[in-house]
Amino acid sequence: MSALLEVRDLTVQLKMDSGMREVITGTSLTIAEGEAMGLVGESGSGKSMTAKAIARLLPDGADVQGSVTFDGTDVLALDGDALRKHRAQVAVVFQDPRAHINPVRRIEDFMTESLRILESVSKPDAAKRAAAALEEVGIDDPGKRLRQFPHELSGGMLQRVMIATALLSEPRLLLADECTTALDVTTQAEVMAILDDLRRDRGLSMLFITHDLELAGAVCDRTCVMYAGQVVETRAASLLHGDPLHPYSAALVQARPDISSTAERLVAIPGRPVSAFEAPSGCRFAPRCPHAEDACRAEEQVLTELDGGRVRCRRAAELRGRLLDGAHV
Amino acid sequence: MIAFLGKRMAMLLATLLVASFAIYGALYLAPGSPIAALTGGRSVPPEVLAQLEERYHLNEPFLTRYWLWLSGVVRGDLGESIPLRQDVSTIIGQRIGVTLQLVMLTAAIIIIVGVGLGIVGALGRKSVDFGVLLASTVSAALPAFAAAVLLQFVFGVMLGWFPVLGTGDGFVDQLRHLTLPALALAATSVALVARVTRTAVRDELDKEHVQTAVSRGLPWRDVVRRHVLRNAAIPITTVVGITIASLIALAAVVETAFGLNGLGAYLVQAAQNKDFATVQGISLVLVFAFVITNVIIDIAYAILDPRVTLGSRAQ
Repeated sequence: MSALLEVRDLTVQLKMDSGMREVITGTSLTIAEGEAMGLVGESGSGKSMTAKAIARLLPDGADVQGSVTFDGTDVLALDGDALRKHRAQVAVVFQDPRAHINPVRRIEDFMTESLRILESVSKPDAAKRAAAALEEVGIDDPGKRLRQFPHELSGGMLQRVMIATALLSEPRLLLADECTTALDVTTQAEVMAILDDLRRDRGLSMLFITHDLELAGAVCDRTCVMYAGQVVETRAASLLHGDPLHPYSAALVQARPDISSTAERLVAIPGRPVSAFEAPSGCRFAPRCPHAEDACRAEEQVLTELDGGRVRCRRAAELRGRLLDGAHV
Repeated sequence: MIAFLGKRMAMLLATLLVASFAIYGALYLAPGSPIAALTGGRSVPPEVLAQLEERYHLNEPFLTRYWLWLSGVVRGDLGESIPLRQDVSTIIGQRIGVTLQLVMLTAAIIIIVGVGLGIVGALGRKSVDFGVLLASTVSAALPAFAAAVLLQFVFGVMLGWFPVLGTGDGFVDQLRHLTLPALALAATSVALVARVTRTAVRDELDKEHVQTAVSRGLPWRDVVRRHVLRNAAIPITTVVGITIASLIALAAVVETAFGLNGLGAYLVQAAQNKDFATVQGISLVLVFAFVITNVIIDIAYAILDPRVTLGSRAQ
């Protein structure tokens, strides 16, 4: 498999009122043609910023180091028409469809706008394709939906519109940024199933951003776990859940409520998540890690290969297999 | 739509009814009598006085007089100006054209310059934005009467580009005569509209749906036109509408300063002459114009924002 997307040593600083703040530190990941990669982490871990850097949607004044290569092109160097072509190939499905779809334009206008403007498809043809795309995502009576305004549709339906629209422009990479988080649980499952099906049918690559490790495991080939702006573990998605390599991944697995047993209290990771700019030196997870030693705090951790995955923890090999044994309480 | 218009017409009539009562009542309570104004304080034989009172229904009770006046108004008869011995509708008809032209020209200036500057400020570079802010601050600090004097001095007296007084004959000449008054009247409003436009466009630029449009690789001009400006048009329309409606009353100051034979200027004059019927008539016309402008804003608002259902607000 050749890499469609390669992110190497990506470091991003954003301009804040108080100066430049680092949000991603040396992130590297690759996505092959047709591969689905999960990107998991708590709020502020830098996962959305990674996606924004890939689609070149970072806010003005952001400082970006490292490289992002898409199909052989240096994404960070693009501008003008070439940048717009890149953006058209990378479709983003955002978290909150209600905010991300213009409320005063009809669904048809939203769905067909890039076909009409970028590909000069005629209005009736574009509408036909939009109607077919709506049927594909399981929306009945597409003709009626196309004439409606966003506020007349439910959240789940709008997200399906968003997915249909993303696929309509025939992208090569799909960036799904917490695209089911804003939906209720049953709708979430439906939308997820549709997204997964359509992606597999088309052999589309996807970066699937979520804070739900299990969900990532269900739809992705590999999963990348981020903490405080760094990738701490990359592993086959199916293995991560049962055999995590990094203490943070293990803590995420354990923090998930188990519906088959009752618990006095849900397990939570002690401490609070930190962003890259407020992370301590040495291992960034050390203050919250039950396995941390002085040596962890003393040195910057590096990503190392371990059993087909990559992990940023000096004790990973030693702790292997023991991480899920109810260790930290 | 038809139900909405019907409802708005009913509200319009109710507003006018209340306004007419307020206007009539206020003048009834005002000191001085039309007879005194008519006779100029000279003593008049009682039978002449009685005749005048009879003719103008001056000794009828208040409500009867109001009713007589109102039923005349409904038939298009606004009464008779006692000092001028002319129909009020004729007086208004002679002057309404100037006021209408002045307000329309001013509205055009406000929309083109105000909205234009606001958009340029919001989308332009920092230096351009600073220029817009500076210009709008200066312009906002100029009340119409001060702007009138300043414009007359600079463009009328010093440069001699525009006439300072009067209405002019023929379309082009009238336009030349109305240019300075319209600019004076527009000064404060242009600043307000520019500021609101700038903020509205700025706010819209930061919206998530604009980010979606950018993420799809649309050209920037399409993003701006189809999403930023289209959506910013909603708050802009509101402020432009309110501003134009308020011009109708403000026009009086500028008409007086530039010696224009308009409704506003004559309203002031009529009030000084105790010409009650004329004051009532002109006030009623101004209220009518104000209410109509508001109905137009409401309709425009409902067309621009599909989330607003006509007549009631959704969400």
